[in-house]
Amino acid sequence: MALEVTAQATAPIPFDVSFRVEPGQLLALVGHSGSGKTTLLRTIAGLWRPERARVTVDGSVWLDTAARTDLPPHRRRAGIVFQSYALFPHMTAAQNVMAAMDRPDPAEAARLLDLVNLRGLADRRPAQLSGGQQQRVAVARALARRPQALLLDEPFSAVDRATRERLYAEILALRAHLAMPVVLVTHDMNEAQLLADRMVVIEKGRVVRQGSTAAVMADPDALRAMGIRELAAMLPVTVAEHGDDGLTRLDAATGPLWLPGVEGAPGTPLRVRIMAHEVILSRTRPEGLSAQNILPGRVARIVPGQGPGVIVHIAVGGDEILARITRRAAEALALRPGDPVHVILKSMSVARDHVARAPG
Amino acid sequence: MDWEALFLSLRLAAWTVALLLPVSVLTGRFLAYRQFRAKGLVEAMVMLPLVLPPTVFGFYLLVAFGRNSPVGAFWNETFGHQLVFSFEGLVVASVIFNLPFAIQPAQRGFEAIPPEVREAAACCGMSPLRSLWSVELPLAWPGLMTAMVLTFAHTLGEFGIVLMVGGSIPGETKTIAIAIYDRVQGFDDRAAGIMSATLVAISLFTIGITYWLSARIGRRLS
Repeated sequence: MALEVTAQATAPIPFDVSFRVEPGQLLALVGHSGSGKTTLLRTIAGLWRPERARVTVDGSVWLDTAARTDLPPHRRRAGIVFQSYALFPHMTAAQNVMAAMDRPDPAEAARLLDLVNLRGLADRRPAQLSGGQQQRVAVARALARRPQALLLDEPFSAVDRATRERLYAEILALRAHLAMPVVLVTHDMNEAQLLADRMVVIEKGRVVRQGSTAAVMADPDALRAMGIRELAAMLPVTVAEHGDDGLTRLDAATGPLWLPGVEGAPGTPLRVRIMAHEVILSRTRPEGLSAQNILPGRVARIVPGQGPGVIVHIAVGGDEILARITRRAAEALALRPGDPVHVILKSMSVARDHVARAPG
Repeated sequence: MDWEALFLSLRLAAWTVALLLPVSVLTGRFLAYRQFRAKGLVEAMVMLPLVLPPTVFGFYLLVAFGRNSPVGAFWNETFGHQLVFSFEGLVVASVIFNLPFAIQPAQRGFEAIPPEVREAAACCGMSPLRSLWSVELPLAWPGLMTAMVLTFAHTLGEFGIVLMVGGSIPGETKTIAIAIYDRVQGFDDRAAGIMSATLVAISLFTIGITYWLSARIGRRLS
């Protein structure tokens, strides 16, 4: 049922990559522009053929250069959302969606447009829709194909930040309905960490690291290409209350976090991306500090980096927070695995778009 | 007013457009999407009739289609009359002479379709033929329409090549443009004036329709 891809090429850029995505799983291909990630996505869709490659989905072979099998794009059940959306400008939203169906079905088109929150806009042409709405039509159209694999090529890069946050929430909500493997190409590490179960980091056409999102985002070697400052952990929380002063209380496993203006009714499960370089550690519970969020935890392990820093993994209940501090600081505190420690986080250090709902 | 010549011209223009429409779609699309080494040469060949004097072009067509040429001999054997100095010969010459007018705008029309939109059509499960019909033709339509209107209008007005390949046989190869020339030669300025004005009216009407239609399509897409 899984999507399996291996590809080697010397042009247009040399690459040698292989990965596997399970059904229902969202895999993020991350890398800088020119790393080859979009070329890989195009290989899966049949829009590009590398010199040697094999793409199988659900047991059916889409591409096998060794066996000279190469299904044309229209015979592969791949739903793709292009970076530019590539909607058909002469068709309405509903017609765009129906264009991807084997037998056009207006009721099914209406259901898909509902699913992406476009009720009432079915008769608009792409030019009459905002960027975010166009992206939703593109997602509905990709799903209308009843794809065996869903491919998303930087689908959030052309919209403003506020729209992007809403679209993240929608994609996460949509994922409960998706039974096929999903591949997301992005250069935005926040996006990858918020949305993906697994990540493949690609640099100059080679896989630097692949694994679960949490593992990749905690690995300084994997992140060297994308920037070590992307190192971060996702902390599961629940919305508890909205304060009068604009702060929202989110309950984590070992205590509350107060963050500015988080949306969601009390009880909503969320995840907060906590950047490792924003975290302060303290042996004792500090007093007289402006930082509002102090979570007790325990040192799980300490990973030395190549430079003057170390990465401290702190167990907070059953979850983990990462702290990137200097080796000098770690030695001054004499941190050892198992030691109790307090995690300190400024409310204002968590960006709005680093808070996302739990998938499903 | 030489109605016979006018209808002959309209008939010639209609045949030329009908025959060139599929040619412009296939060739224009091919030149718009494909990159190959000899592309510049092919494009130059297509444009050649635009810069060549009609008499030079007509001369070569006479040589190529004449009784002594393989094409002319074959035609003579099959249909029992000459290809040159016949309506059929005029259609063939007109089709060739109008290639740049038919292919260039069509090519621009197909080039204006973003590549991702064509790729999206394929990824939506459309076969190349369905993609052409439901996505590419509707989007390249302004270019194709320009191509057909230019071809039509240009055929109505063509003079040199018609005279060279067709002669001036009434009802067979005497087009309106040649009829006007004849009347002027015969000092019949009134008839020449009426026919010229008719040609201006027809041309204005066709061009006007094109502009109106492309404005409508433009509004729909933006």
